[in-house]
Amino acid sequence: MNIHEFQARELFAEFGVATQPGSVAHTPDEAETVATGLNQGKLVIKAQIHAGGRGKGTFKNGFKGGVHLCDTPAEAKDFASKMLGQILVTHQTGPEGKEVGKIFVGEAVDIARELYFAILIDRATSVPVLIASTEGGVDIEMVAENTPEKILRLSINPFLGIMPYQTRLIASSLGLTGPLMNQASKLFTNLYRLFIERDCSMVEVNPLVVTTDGRLIALDAKFNFDDNALYRQPSIIAMRDITEEDPREVEASKHSLNYIGLDGNIACLVNGAGLAMATMDIIQHAGGSPANFLDVGGGATREQVASAFRIILADSRVKGILVNIFGGIMDCDVIANGIVEAAKETGLSIPLVVRLEGNNVEAGKKTLAESGLKLESGENILDAANRIVAAVKSAA
Amino acid sequence: MSILVTPDTKVLIQGITGSFGARHAKLSLDYGTKVVAGVTPGKGGQLFENQVPIFDTVEQAVRETGATVSAIFVPPPFAADAILEGVAAGLDLVVCITEGIPVIDMMKVKEAMKGSKTRLIGPNCPGLVTPGTGDKSHGGCRVGIAPGYIHKKGSVGVVSRSGTLTYEAVWQLTTRGYGQSTCVGIGGDPINGTSHLDILKMFNEDPETEAIIMIGEIGGSAEEEAAAWATEHCKKPIAGFIAGATAPEGRRMGHAGAIVSGGQGTAAGKIAALRAAGIEIAETPSDMADALIRRMKH
Repeated sequence: MNIHEFQARELFAEFGVATQPGSVAHTPDEAETVATGLNQGKLVIKAQIHAGGRGKGTFKNGFKGGVHLCDTPAEAKDFASKMLGQILVTHQTGPEGKEVGKIFVGEAVDIARELYFAILIDRATSVPVLIASTEGGVDIEMVAENTPEKILRLSINPFLGIMPYQTRLIASSLGLTGPLMNQASKLFTNLYRLFIERDCSMVEVNPLVVTTDGRLIALDAKFNFDDNALYRQPSIIAMRDITEEDPREVEASKHSLNYIGLDGNIACLVNGAGLAMATMDIIQHAGGSPANFLDVGGGATREQVASAFRIILADSRVKGILVNIFGGIMDCDVIANGIVEAAKETGLSIPLVVRLEGNNVEAGKKTLAESGLKLESGENILDAANRIVAAVKSAA
Repeated sequence: MSILVTPDTKVLIQGITGSFGARHAKLSLDYGTKVVAGVTPGKGGQLFENQVPIFDTVEQAVRETGATVSAIFVPPPFAADAILEGVAAGLDLVVCITEGIPVIDMMKVKEAMKGSKTRLIGPNCPGLVTPGTGDKSHGGCRVGIAPGYIHKKGSVGVVSRSGTLTYEAVWQLTTRGYGQSTCVGIGGDPINGTSHLDILKMFNEDPETEAIIMIGEIGGSAEEEAAAWATEHCKKPIAGFIAGATAPEGRRMGHAGAIVSGGQGTAAGKIAALRAAGIEIAETPSDMADALIRRMKH
């Protein structure tokens, strides 16, 4: 799950992590009010969408840039009126862009130094690691590749948590001395507490900045939360903004289906995450392009199969469907009946190839064959993938 | 021999009275597995299917029945506690089937297990099967949720993060006449108890296992580590398959651990590492058994 920049700042404020003062605004008037309440000086206005590249983006009304600097609350109001309700296109939104419903109005900061700080769970060691670098404000993967000596990694004992000496070690390696060392210790400690208490899988502060007036603040941040832990994080769930998500995925999540939308035209419906990934791969291997990842789970019901069909068919890009089921425990005939029911109900008019294997497979194949539906059966996964790719090509 | 479990292994089920646990406990009994105890706090003294005694604690179940292996079917908020209860009771092996355990809980479990004699497999895994010698491999040891009947007693070891891909590989082997020593699903979470490498070492040392299928997917670097070790230490033929070549970066593909981030954990990188280790790559999931047969013949 992703959150907005202003929500990240609210989390920072809650946990005492120093950040840029400011607040969210939904209307130009609100932007002016927020600006009036801030310290006078330069102001920054930022469009709140989940995609990156906002500064270099362009609005569909021709207005350039999703991030602007200004001097007065009146100017803040003017910028807000040009951004709110408009569609912002960045290199991450795709050509359709994203409507800007909220903006962040904050105090601009004069940056003396840009640093990098992150906390994540390291899979190899199964403990949290702190990652720090003097090279902030740039792509950290490039730093890791070109100058690995500029990246410091420190493991945290999950039962002890972050120790004060570790915060001083990082501060020192970043050249944060004198009063900045105390600020750094406090910031790292509080950020770690936020990481653990809100079940994050990653928090990346890039850049962490030293201002010209000697403050250390988290200027921009990226959060990833552990989806498995959302059941115990109601305040994080409340930050979910479904207008930022793929509508196909929002609909699928209502039916407890594990669905991820892709750009291709061959939809797939599979049981099991590994097999679902492998089915996408084999569609590409056969010369096609997968429209989605869809795992109906080990114990899928007829209703779930039917919902999955509806979601797949609501996508106008989809020109063919590949169903790949290995019914280990699941009865293949139950699945076959679900497919027939869903195909009839939705008035299926595009090619459908079904590959069934496993428990009670003969009955399942018979159900499909006697259904009167126009569908093909695949002998194995590769055969099924070849058939659907050929059917979609000949229909085009 | 086999690895981890044999047809004589005594198995207990934590969460035996829940619908998921009950269904699979019954399937294991039907397969001929020695399911000797169930644990559901508050239901001690009852019988499951009129034959398996239910206990309130794992400690009691172990003491009364001599069970050495547990399968966990409890909901995610209680799973970390269930694993550590199994560890405290001195079990040899705890297999956690539960999907959806918070990563921070698993991190603490792993830290707490350091120095204990218990091995953890999973979480979010299908478990493991050592096939039996009866009809459709009846009489084997089935711990978890894999379909028993697709197996056949033999000498191929299978290790995988994914359930259904394991079943695909097993079924391909069985239908081609190749049986299995033990088939292990290690689970799709980013933090798990047992890695590909751990299982590969066991297969290497097991005299009954003559060849190995290793199935991986995007995310992390466990497959690369296993491949690097195999280059030096494993002389048995290995075939490999990696899922997720078409997965978009930064998205969790169903399994919590199946994610490419920062250009790390890609399918292409893993396939290259496996190839470099002399592992025969299955180009598609239809080709897993055939890839191993190719590798065994040259």
